[in-house]
Amino acid sequence: MNALIAFWNILLKDMKTYYLKPPNISWGIIFPISWTLMFFVRSGSAIDIRGILPGVMALSILFGTTSMLSVTITFERRSRSFERLLLAPISLNLLMLAKTTGAILFGIINAFIPVLYALFLTDLAGINWGATLLGVIFIAVTSTFLGLFIAVSVSEAFEAQTFSNFFRFPMMFLCGLFIPIGNLPAAIRPLSYIMPLTYGADIIKHAINRAGIITPGLSFLVLLAYSIGLFWISTFNIKRKWIY
Amino acid sequence: MDANIIEVTNLSKYFDDFQAVKGISFAVKPGEVFGFLGPNGAGKTTTINMLTGLARPTAGAIRINGSDAVQDIAAVQQMIGIVPDESNLYDELSGYDNLVFCASLYGVRKRERERRAEELLEQFGLADTGRRPFKAYSKGMKRKLTIAAGIIHEPQILFLDEPTTGIDVESARQIRRLVRELNDGGTTIFLTTHYIEEAERLCDRVGFIVGGKVVRIDRVTALMGEDEKEYIIEFTLGEGNSRPEAGLDQAMLQAFPGVKINRVDHRRLRVIPEKREPIAGFIKFFEDAGQPVYEAKIIRPTLEDVFVRITGIEIAKMKREKEGRRKR
Ligand SMILES: Nc1ncnc2c1ncn2[C@@H]1O[C@H](COP(=O)(O)OP(=O)(O)O)[C@@H](O)[C@H]1O
Ligand SMILES: [Mg+2]
Repeated sequence: MNALIAFWNILLKDMKTYYLKPPNISWGIIFPISWTLMFFVRSGSAIDIRGILPGVMALSILFGTTSMLSVTITFERRSRSFERLLLAPISLNLLMLAKTTGAILFGIINAFIPVLYALFLTDLAGINWGATLLGVIFIAVTSTFLGLFIAVSVSEAFEAQTFSNFFRFPMMFLCGLFIPIGNLPAAIRPLSYIMPLTYGADIIKHAINRAGIITPGLSFLVLLAYSIGLFWISTFNIKRKWIY
Repeated sequence: MDANIIEVTNLSKYFDDFQAVKGISFAVKPGEVFGFLGPNGAGKTTTINMLTGLARPTAGAIRINGSDAVQDIAAVQQMIGIVPDESNLYDELSGYDNLVFCASLYGVRKRERERRAEELLEQFGLADTGRRPFKAYSKGMKRKLTIAAGIIHEPQILFLDEPTTGIDVESARQIRRLVRELNDGGTTIFLTTHYIEEAERLCDRVGFIVGGKVVRIDRVTALMGEDEKEYIIEFTLGEGNSRPEAGLDQAMLQAFPGVKINRVDHRRLRVIPEKREPIAGFIKFFEDAGQPVYEAKIIRPTLEDVFVRITGIEIAKMKREKEGRRKR
């Protein structure tokens, strides 16, 4: 019960304090909106909007979650208030779950901003919403833990932004979001299959356009493995570096 | 239950190959105010961090209230409150929200945390500013709120790392009073400080820590008593010195056999008799010698004298280092 109270209040505080912080608005909300508009304006026809929707959604989640993490973790590290959480009588795993749940929810919300736009511009009939939501959740979890991994590896918020761009921008091009993986040079293609976002985007492509190229079950498994792995490495690093 | 609420045995900490804490042992009794006194870099904060779970000991054992702080830190963390050397609450949150949040980390129920937060703001003189964000607070107010946050879950043991360093005199005095009240209420207190007077005024027992080693632990009264074996009386005489000083000293040695005399300056001299005796006899002697006595006082040793004698560290130097560090 004590742990539950702590968990809920850490989550609540982060949501209240950080959802509207400038870096989150610019990277998490404004940036994906700009992307959405740019693509929608360029694509013009209704069919294309549905075609690029999975990619834009995946991108919104990726940017939203990673920028959120660099704020909730890195800012608090720098002001040393994070030490309070480490000194609290809750397990490190629960603490890190509390610190990441806010980002996961933020990512899920971000995913549906482009959907709102699309709703006005095109017909969204025939979409498997259940599978879409499940895919969105899985992408949000994986990319949050990727953001956690990054936040734990750096000491400054701007470093976290820079470091995450190192991951984020290649993913835009390599994960089949806008350029089909089949169109990439064969030498680069293995890279695509290393990136977790490839699998996440593919799930949503199945759900929205029945256009995925990977079996959804396999994609879920890969994302699950990535999530567990990244979370484990991150808590390991915290124990090693922050409880010194 | 253990007779000691904190028991530390052969505790060591290495940072790579630098040893910050060198096999220290000490114990704190329930209800006591125990102080770690030492200069900058002595290893005070590192020790607190190991006791509270923010740093892992390289070697040694820590037992707090019957629990092993190395194996079962969460059990220990539930019983302790920590006030770090820096006021590290959340800038965006108000004083009140900060307190309520900190209580929630220890599982305090909503109704109870709100009641405690109001109560502490009142007690710490922050009731009027409780709704303002933490970042708008003055240094002294920040310190006070940080202490309030450390005790909102009513811990049995409170760790205070340099509670009054770098804040205004009035806030420092309030904080010392609050610490005393807390201790009167039964809370065991472990504090570190580099202010000797603070240790002297607040602590039942102190440990002198220098270069990662505890060089001495004792009751404050015992430490001061040691130097008190010498009974020193300082007399301040008038300006008009009718007889040469040597003559006065000579006459005094005859009147009080075995007495030692130290001249402080041209008006003041310190007299160390062989055994305690009333000072009236000395005053009469000076009057008879044509030397009116303007002031007479017993010189008591301060904890500072004891510290200097045991550690060989000059306090002035210790303070200078501290100031220098804070300016960085
Ligand atoms: N994280 C760390 N890494 C390396 N050295 C450290 C670390 N923390 C403290 N030290 C060193 O350990 C020594 C003791 O530091 P500290 O415990 O902070 O002293 P105090 O609190 O008594 O001023 C100092 O020499 C300090 O430089
Ligand atoms: Mg210190």
